[in-house]
Amino acid sequence: MAYHQGYGGQGSKHRGRGPLVPPAPDPHQLFDDTSAGFPHAQGTPASGIDMGFNTLLADPMANVAVAYGSSIASQSKDIVHKEIHRFMSVNRLKYFFAVDTAYVTKKLALLLFPYAHQNWEVRYSRDTPLTPRQDINAPDLYIPSMAFITYILLAGIALGLQQRFSPEVLGMCASTAFVWVIIEVLALLLSLYLVTVQSDLTPFDLLAFSGYKYVGMILAVLGGLLFGSDGYYVALAWTSCALMYFLARSLRMKLHPSLVPDGMGHPRGGGRGQTYVTLGAAACQPLIVYWLTFHLVR
Amino acid sequence: MAFTLYALLQAALLFVNAIAVLHEERFLRNVGWGTDQGIGGFGEEPGIKAQLMNLIRSVRTVMRVPLIAVNSITIVLLLLFG
Repeated sequence: MAYHQGYGGQGSKHRGRGPLVPPAPDPHQLFDDTSAGFPHAQGTPASGIDMGFNTLLADPMANVAVAYGSSIASQSKDIVHKEIHRFMSVNRLKYFFAVDTAYVTKKLALLLFPYAHQNWEVRYSRDTPLTPRQDINAPDLYIPSMAFITYILLAGIALGLQQRFSPEVLGMCASTAFVWVIIEVLALLLSLYLVTVQSDLTPFDLLAFSGYKYVGMILAVLGGLLFGSDGYYVALAWTSCALMYFLARSLRMKLHPSLVPDGMGHPRGGGRGQTYVTLGAAACQPLIVYWLTFHLVR
Repeated sequence: MAFTLYALLQAALLFVNAIAVLHEERFLRNVGWGTDQGIGGFGEEPGIKAQLMNLIRSVRTVMRVPLIAVNSITIVLLLLFG
């Protein structure tokens, strides 16, 4: 592990040291400290590079150019960060990816068998929702994105088994699935706006809830590949029911007004519209799952 | 139905254009969807129809100028590249 000799807290800056003296490993570091620049302690080829850099940086014009270039780079990096921050908050996105293995396994089990789960509330701590690591009811974007990629790979396998594979078809399958989810999120946003429900459902939450159907799609395609057409329909029925139940319970928990702690306990007239939206969203899931997978298990 | 992202953008542009061409005086008022009809009071629940009318009016107001730009760009690109 020659690379490890050059990194670490103090080893890289001291060029006078022999290149093969390993610094003492720091037990508290989880990752190696790579902030000290390019590796010096790599033996004689590195010292040749050192000499080259020495003569390069001694030239004042190159010095000025390097300084100017680095200042331009940091300025543009700031501009890019500011622009991205205008459209979406990166912290908010990071919340959805703060998962761990236990959460993923429990959530997958919940997606496939939600009938035994009792408590569907998302717990809060001081006005911010808990991260998915600490609360199983919190939506996340890790499972949908991984399931999307797995679905694309499975679609490729399924098409290849039927001698219908070509790279263009794979790209078309991927973009079709993605566009359907986008359309569903937009339809959900529109219907939530029309029934004037006040909830804390951000578009990312809706994207997460819509993306959970990829897990059902994967299982349906797997069932179709392993057990033929009957297996496909059985898996489709099972995952559709589970997904509908899961989505209905989760959305009802998030949309139902009497569970929002705002001090007003009177029933609002928009409750009927919210019920329709929840039921409609839940009912659309099996349709989309069927539409996106039936051409793969013909 | 096989969708590409480009098809989604096309559909969105056509949809917003369709909302933008609904003329307030000549058409919406005759149907009964004008924005000065039937807002009615300060009740808590505006109702779906009032929300839709609000949405149409706000989309028309907000997207009028960007639509001109996006439509011009689309026309030029389609003329050049088919």
